[in-house]
Parts: sequence; structure tokens; C-alpha cells
Amino acid sequence: MYSASDFRKGLKVQIDGEPYVMTDFSFSKPGKGQALYRARLRNMITGNSFEKTFRSNDKLEKAALEERTMQYLYCQGDEYIFMDNVSFEQLEISKEQLGDAINFLTDNMDVEVLQYNGRPIGVTLPNFVNLKVTQSDPWVKGDTSGSDSKPVTLETGYVVQVPPFIEEGDKLQIDTRTGVYVTRVKE
Amino acid sequence: MIPVHGLHLRAVLIQALRTFFIDRGYLEVETPIRIPAPAPEAYIEPLTSEGWFLQTSPELCMKRLLAAGIPKLFQICKCFRKGERGDRHLPEFTMLEWYAASRDYRDLMTDCEVLLRYLAAAMGKGEKAGVLEWQGRRIDLGPEWERITVAEAFHRYAPCTVEEALAEDRFDELLVEYVEPHLGTATPTFLCDYPATLGALARLSPTDPTVAERFELYVAGLELANGFSELVDPIEQRARFLAEQKAIRLQGRDCGPLPEVFLDALETMPPATGIALGVDRLVMLFAGADNIDQVVAFTPEGL
Repeated sequence: MYSASDFRKGLKVQIDGEPYVMTDFSFSKPGKGQALYRARLRNMITGNSFEKTFRSNDKLEKAALEERTMQYLYCQGDEYIFMDNVSFEQLEISKEQLGDAINFLTDNMDVEVLQYNGRPIGVTLPNFVNLKVTQSDPWVKGDTSGSDSKPVTLETGYVVQVPPFIEEGDKLQIDTRTGVYVTRVKE
Repeated sequence: MIPVHGLHLRAVLIQALRTFFIDRGYLEVETPIRIPAPAPEAYIEPLTSEGWFLQTSPELCMKRLLAAGIPKLFQICKCFRKGERGDRHLPEFTMLEWYAASRDYRDLMTDCEVLLRYLAAAMGKGEKAGVLEWQGRRIDLGPEWERITVAEAFHRYAPCTVEEALAEDRFDELLVEYVEPHLGTATPTFLCDYPATLGALARLSPTDPTVAERFELYVAGLELANGFSELVDPIEQRARFLAEQKAIRLQGRDCGPLPEVFLDALETMPPATGIALGVDRLVMLFAGADNIDQVVAFTPEGL
């Protein structure tokens, strides 16, 4: 069981026997009042979402999901093709089911494919991936606007905020759970 | 990513806070962070340390100093609250508290107006037009700020009255969802006169004992400070603490001992006001930051 204090974006839970993923989460607590845990939950099979506010004592069940390691091969329209590294079996997962994961997928990346009752419903990425910067505006020396960050585009098309010294061609480590920049990595 | 810009701003702002209070005759104090008996409050959970507690606020120690004869004092210190983590919460955060004898919560609201205008000028923001910009909103610090009672705010923005919200145990939920987004949008807003049950250390209004002389200051929907006319009646305070302890035990938590030394000190405490202001959120406001992570050197996750 997960208690409300374990809630976070990406958590996979089970409600009425169906698997849900927490697609949005926010904590709020007015003044001296009660802690409120506002979550948006997406049914991993139907794709339907709903919002609910939980309190400290509320709990959610862990989703009963199986995982197998597969390699991402390529995408065809809105379908993404994965291959089992042992049996070479291939399967398709839709863009919708992949959600934010498409921002971080590169060819031949190993991921954990999630299955519910034998059906693929999503993937779990490594916590950190390295992605190349494909577009970045040069940093203007002497910029006194005081900003700590600028946006750059990565090879997957994902746009992320990074420190001003990052340049086109750099490889960056990105935390796939939060989507934020961690550090620049050497080849 | 370390938010260098936010840290520079933070340093300047804390310096300005100190200057403001010292110039006005407030004594800066430091009180112990680790204490044997915190004020019991139903929804604030302290962290423990070798059988003692890390303070959730320096309130009790500062009131003991008031009782000892220091008429005006302030403190900038670390406070700890278990399980509080979000875009606007850190389990370890920085608090500014100030206390003054022989004043009430209306004077304190005026203090807040003067302080924020002073900071805006000191930070080079809003000194001309008196306007603070945050997350695409423009908040006028100039004219007299909005003061609205909790009852009126629920009447205006929530789907039910404050009495109904309390009866259904939905006060906080409705406050966050329906009321807070409207607060502090044109000028900062003082949301005042909280229901009597929601101010464990606040004095009840002499004209309407169903409400406490307590307010929360909001700027652009961001809750910045909680202030009140202090309760100085030790018998009434003991009864309130016992009620809070009961609420804590109902949640299955251990409530720790009653702060007896503080209750003794209340005997000699003069009528006074006190207020707690979240310094990290104040920096957020001046830095244009929408996440508290952008104004601290390190988050718990980044350690």
C-alpha cells in the first residue's frame, strides 16, 4: 500500500482492480490546516483520467503489473515498436500509452515494458538517460537579465531548461521521472 | 541545478529584513531549535530528535521573552514540519517571526503593508509604481490592502458557508480550491477573523467570540504569513492545548508533553501580537519563482 506521503508523479496504483498512473500530483496545506494531496490519475487501459484530493490517512494499493526488459526499435506513426531481448518477440505500444516517456526514448534503449494481464500498457525508463542537444541559442556574454537557465531542444524533440553554458552538441543527463536536467556528461 | 540567481536575491532580502526590524527598535533574538515540548497543533507534526522535538515555529520561546519584558523582538530561523513537501513547502524552511507588546492584529496588518513596501523599494522592485509582478500578475502594493473576513470570503467564492464547510470537515479543501486563488490578486489580501476553533494560540474577538483575531496574508494566491492577537490567558490556553492534543491522538499520533514552562510564563505576558512569515515564499515572490526549490541552495532530494 502507498500512503498519501508516498504519492508522486508516475506512481502506479490499483483502484477497483484496474491499474492507474498518477499523471499529476500536488501537495498543499493552508496555514495551520490539513495536508491535501491532489492527484490526477489515468487509467492505464482506457486512458480515462480523473482528479481526486486525498488526505494524510488515505492509502492506495500498488498496481499488480509484470515487467519485462525490451529494446525500443523505432516508431511508425503513433505506434512504438519494442523487441524482447531474449525471445526477439516484437510488440507495439501506442504513443498515448507511453505518455511522457516519448520525450526520452532513443533507438535501441532498454526499457521495462509494463504488462497488465499479459497486455503491454506502458514502459518504465531508466531513471537517467543521456540525450544530445540539437538546438540551442548561444549564450550572450554579459547577459545581466539575471536568468539562471535557458531552453534547449534535445534529440527527441523534448525542450528542457538548462544552465546558460550548455551548447549545441552537448550530451545532457536528464532525470526521466521529473523531466529535469541533471548535468552535462562527457562522451 | 543550484539556483544562483535566487540565492543572491535571498541574501539581499534577508539583509533588508534585518535592517527593517533593527531600525524600528526590534531586538533580534535566537532561541533553541531543539525543544522538549512544542505547542500541540492538530495538523502540524514536529520531527523528533533524541526524545525532544525540532521546532515547528519559535513561537513559545519568543513569547517567553515577551513575558520576560522584551517589548519588541524578531527572529529569522529554521523550522521543521514533518511530511510537508510540495511546490510551496519544504520540511525544513526559514521563518521570520516578530512580536510586539501592547498591540493587536490590526496594527500587525499595517506592519505587513509597511514591510512589503519597504522590501519592494530595497529590492529595486515597485519603488516607482508600487507594483509587484509575479507569475504574470501585477499586485499593487500602494493603496490600502484588501481585508476580507473568512466568512465573507466563503460567501463570495465557495459553494457553501464557512459553518457548513467546518461541519463537513471540508474547510481546508474548499479554502484551497475556491477561495485562495482569488486572494491577493489586485492588492495583497488579509484573510482575517478565522473561526474560533482554528486559532489555537490566538485571542478571540472581544466583539464576536465565534472568531479569532487571526489573519493570513496572501499575495497572488501565495500564502505568506499568519498573524494574530496573542492569547494571554493561561487557563484558556491550557484548555486549547488539551483540545489540540485530543485531535492529535485521534489521528493516531503521539502528542508529547504540554509546554508547562510556557503556560507558566503566560501569567506575566502582556497583551501582544505575533506573526510568522515564510521567508522562502517571500523570496519566491521577489524572484518571480513559482517553485520553492528555486530559492534554496539545496532541497532534501538534492542532498
